[in-house]
Amino acid sequence: MPQRNPFLGAVTAVALTAAAIPAAAADVERGRQAAQPCIACHQADGAGNAALGYPRLDLFAEDYIIQQLQHYKAGHRQNPLMQPFARNLNEQQMADIAAYYGAQQAAVPTPPATDAALLAQGEKLVHQGDWDRHIPACTSCHGPDNRGVGASFPALAGQHASYIESQLQAWRNGTRSHDPLNLMLAVAGRMTDSDIKAAAAYLAAQPAK
Amino acid sequence: MYSRILMTTAFSLIMAHSAQAADKVPVKLPDFEPEQYVHTAPTLADLDADESIHPELRKVIKRGYDLFMNTQQLRGENVFNDMSCRNCHLGEGRKHWAAPIWPAATTLPDYRGKNWQVNSLEERIAGCFSYSMNGKPPAYGSDNMLALVAYHQWLARGAPVYEKNIAGRGFGKVADPAQTPDYQRGKKVFQENCAICHGADGQGQRVNGVVQFPPLWGDGAYNWGAGMARVDTAAAFIKHNMPLGQPGKLSDQEAWDVAYYINAQERPQDPRFEKSAAYTREKYLNFHRRTLYGTEVNGRVLGEHNNTGAKPFLKPEALRSRTFD
Repeated sequence: MPQRNPFLGAVTAVALTAAAIPAAAADVERGRQAAQPCIACHQADGAGNAALGYPRLDLFAEDYIIQQLQHYKAGHRQNPLMQPFARNLNEQQMADIAAYYGAQQAAVPTPPATDAALLAQGEKLVHQGDWDRHIPACTSCHGPDNRGVGASFPALAGQHASYIESQLQAWRNGTRSHDPLNLMLAVAGRMTDSDIKAAAAYLAAQPAK
Repeated sequence: MYSRILMTTAFSLIMAHSAQAADKVPVKLPDFEPEQYVHTAPTLADLDADESIHPELRKVIKRGYDLFMNTQQLRGENVFNDMSCRNCHLGEGRKHWAAPIWPAATTLPDYRGKNWQVNSLEERIAGCFSYSMNGKPPAYGSDNMLALVAYHQWLARGAPVYEKNIAGRGFGKVADPAQTPDYQRGKKVFQENCAICHGADGQGQRVNGVVQFPPLWGDGAYNWGAGMARVDTAAAFIKHNMPLGQPGKLSDQEAWDVAYYINAQERPQDPRFEKSAAYTREKYLNFHRRTLYGTEVNGRVLGEHNNTGAKPFLKPEALRSRTFD
């Protein structure tokens, strides 16, 4: 069980980001080289792998990718597959990889709408939330179309349902706990399995960037 | 009897939620007083399910909901800053301690100390447009005003008229701070807890031109006549609603300090401005004794300017006095 990390405040986040400015401007071509280890799971176009729950990377903001790699490297975010890769990356490589995936546009087919009731439940949570249970809408922070806001609020629209689901479960059970101000921890902790399935299914069916 | 049953239900719901989330991030909100009326406002799903509602009325209520959630659609016409109703009235205007809007439908017309006269529901809504949205209210009796009124009234379904002892009304109160609210301490609280969404400069964030997180001061924010400009009101809103999803996270002192810091920044002029900020403060002291308007903070008098933000006038005509003498 990982310890709650001390990464709590925006001040810390700013300090970390400031310290992480790479020497040279991020470069897509260098990023393509540095991303070779990523491609096995996340694909060259960043499409990820829905069946295995590997996230799409093409829809994440570059700053978000950099931040997550930093968190893996520092151990704030834990994953046995990602951490060894992240530990081997320097700041320049992280920035280049982020630039590379930021330039991709993966062709991921929209998942078929199989369960209308589930999607309707998801739509409600995503756009309205459930305030009687202190669950704000996803759009409150992740953007009007859930395509992300800045470095802190990743894009969700078009992401694989398997990944969204596993991350919400991870926030809920505490295996992921590096969010600024516990913002996600608080929300996911109040979601039921059914909420999580519904929100993930709906978000996955939305158009990405 | 009705209210007591509702109250018991609401209590147990709150307990259940607190318990569920307690191991992660607890929700800390004030308890309701035993004799208070506890209202559970209906949801949009309830509206769709209620066959007694005429389809045309349902349409109007939904129009009101849509205006309430995205008031920016009236930008340049009725709204001249970056605010929508839902930014202060969280949870679709239904949420306890986030200034639920339905009590306006069951308690108005009533006398309001803010303008020393009896106000209708439309006039109360006009107040929000004039101050919090630094704008010009939709005309009394207009389609949009009707739609907003209809949404308020729908949320009040089943609530007793003129019952004023209402649980979770307004933003609640935060106990007086142990230390006088302080700008520098408030700035630190802001940077650590608010800046991630509202920006280090308090100017909020936009996504493709759409307001995502509203600015808290400056031209895009509520003006000097808005209820949120009162330090105690802002402290209560923050304490019981911020950061989003974490009611009660900040200590009372932190809530006061950050409310002071935010409300010690400049914002568009009070539409009631006359002569000078000091004069206006004195004239509306019943309101402004709770704001920093017309007082000196960090070497300058707040509100001593003629900046009305993006609004090309000072005072909307809708703000008018009446007398029955």
